Amino acid sequence: MKTELSGSHAGGSVPETSAADAVNDIVMAGNKSKGGRPYFLEDPAVERVLNISMAIAADLAVLHERLDTIERLLEAKGHLNRKEIEGYVPDDTAAEERQAWHARFSARILRIVQQEVEAVANPANNVPMRTIADEINEM
Amino acid sequence: MSYQLPPVWTKLQQHAVFPEFNHDERARYNFLANLNRFVSTVIAPGNKLAYERRVEPQFVQEHGRSFADRFEVGEAMKKDPVYQMWAALRRSTMEMRQQNGRAVVLRQANQLAAKVAEELKGTETLQLKADFKVPPYLTHVDNHLMPGSYHTEYFPGDVSNAANYDSGLFVTSGGMLGSLTDGGGRAIAAWVKETYPDFHPKRILDIGCGLGHNTLPIALAFPDAEVIGIDAGAPMLRYGAARAHALGVPNVKFIQADAASMKEFANESFDWVQTTMFLHETGGKSIHTIFREINRVLKNGGLNLHIEQPQYTPEMSMYEQFMRDWDAYYNAEPYWGHMHDLEPADLMVEAGVPSDKFMQVGVKAINDLDKKKQDGKVTEDYGRSPIWNVFGGWKSTVK
Repeated sequence: MKTELSGSHAGGSVPETSAADAVNDIVMAGNKSKGGRPYFLEDPAVERVLNISMAIAADLAVLHERLDTIERLLEAKGHLNRKEIEGYVPDDTAAEERQAWHARFSARILRIVQQEVEAVANPANNVPMRTIADEINEM
Repeated sequence: MSYQLPPVWTKLQQHAVFPEFNHDERARYNFLANLNRFVSTVIAPGNKLAYERRVEPQFVQEHGRSFADRFEVGEAMKKDPVYQMWAALRRSTMEMRQQNGRAVVLRQANQLAAKVAEELKGTETLQLKADFKVPPYLTHVDNHLMPGSYHTEYFPGDVSNAANYDSGLFVTSGGMLGSLTDGGGRAIAAWVKETYPDFHPKRILDIGCGLGHNTLPIALAFPDAEVIGIDAGAPMLRYGAARAHALGVPNVKFIQADAASMKEFANESFDWVQTTMFLHETGGKSIHTIFREINRVLKNGGLNLHIEQPQYTPEMSMYEQFMRDWDAYYNAEPYWGHMHDLEPADLMVEAGVPSDKFMQVGVKAINDLDKKKQDGKVTEDYGRSPIWNVFGGWKSTVK
C-alpha cells in the first residue's frame, strides 16, 4: 500500500510514512466481521441503498464540519492555513454549536423515520388523506 | 426538555500512544456519535410504541395469549417497519464506526507499533507468550463487529485493533464513559472504597482487562496494590501496557493469559479478582471453568467482583429482554443472551462465595465529562445510560 492512496484530498495531509506493507488500509478498513450479516428490511436491496446513503450522509457531515472550520479560521485570522485546519480543536461554544448542527442534520435525514414513530404515537393525525378529503367535502 | 448533545470527540484524552486523527477523521466520529444519539433517543423509543400499540396486541389477537419469551417477541418485532428501520440503522452505524476507526489506525499501523515499542522501552509491565492459544470463544466471533476482534495482529508488534477500540468506544458509548473511557473502572473503584473502607488489597487481578480502560482506575484508587490485568489479545495488552505507562500508572502489569487456565498464578494469591464487561464475551462452558479458576487464585476472605449488563430475571419484561438481547445477535456478542439468563449467585457458589456472602447492586458510570450529572446516587434507568449490574461476594472457605 502506497501512501498516496491512503491520504484523502478532503482529509488533508498525506501521512508521512505508510502502514505496514501487509496492511491494505483502504480495503481492510471495510472488512466484514465474522458471522452472516442480518438484513432487517424486507428487501435487502433497500437496506443496501440505506447503507450507501448513510455513508454519503456521514461524509456530507464531515464536509460541513470542515467548511465550518475553515469559516471560523478565516473569520478569526483573516487567512487560511492547511496545517491550522488539521490542528483545529473547537472551543466549548463552537463544539456545542457543531454538535447542535449534527443533531439537526441527523434529524433532517431521518425525518421519515421520526414521522413514522409520530404516526404510531398519534394515530388521530394519521388518517388517510382520501378519508380526510371525504370529510372535508362534508364540511 | 432540550435535546442533549453528546460531547465532541476531541474531549477524549489523547495520551502518548493514541492514534493521530486528522480533521475529517475527528468530524466523522462527531457525526457518528450524533447519529447514534438521534437513533437511540428519537428512533429507538418507537420500538416500544410499536410493541405496545400494534405488535403485542396483534400477537394476542392471533394467539389468544401474550409472548412466552423474548424470542417470540423478536419474531413478531421483525415484521414491524419501525423496528426494521431502527435495527437497520443501528447495524449500519456500528459497521460505519468500525470502518472509520480502522481506516484511521491502519493507515498509521507502523507508527502506532513504533510509538508503543518506544513507550515500553525499559519497562517490565508487559508479558506476552509466543505459544499462547487464544480461547475458541474469542476466535469464533468478531466481538462488537470488530474484524479480527481483540487478538488479531496484522504484523509482529501490531496494535491496530487495540488503538481502534480505544479511540472508537467513545463514539459507541456517546462519550458516557468519560475522557479516558474508564467510567466503569472509576465506578467500581469508588464503590469498593466507599462500601469497604477497611479493605486494603495488596494484589488485584483484572480478568479480560483488554487495553486496561477499567484496570487503571482500580490501580489509581489502590496505589499500594499490585494490579495485574490479563487478557488473551496481544495487541490489547501491548497497547494497554504502553498506555498505562504513558498515563503514569506504575502499579499495573499486563499479562497474556487464559482465564480458564491461569497457570502463572499460585493458589490463593490475590485479594481481589475483578471482571468488567468480560463474562458475556466468554462461552457457556468456559464461564464455569473461569469461575473455578477464580476460586483457586483468590485468597480466602478475598473479594470476587463482576460488572455486567443486567441479568434477565423473571421480573424483566419480555420486551426489555428482547431489546437487551439485540446486541447478542446483531452486535456480535453471541454469549450475551445465554450469560444473562444465568443466576449470578449460582456462579458465585462455583467461585467459593456462599449464598449468604453474595451481593448484587446497580452502579452508574462515573463520567468526568458530565460532572453536573454526578449526584452520587444510583438511579435505575433502562435506557442507554451506562448503569450496570455489579455482583460478587467474599470468598469464604469452610474449613
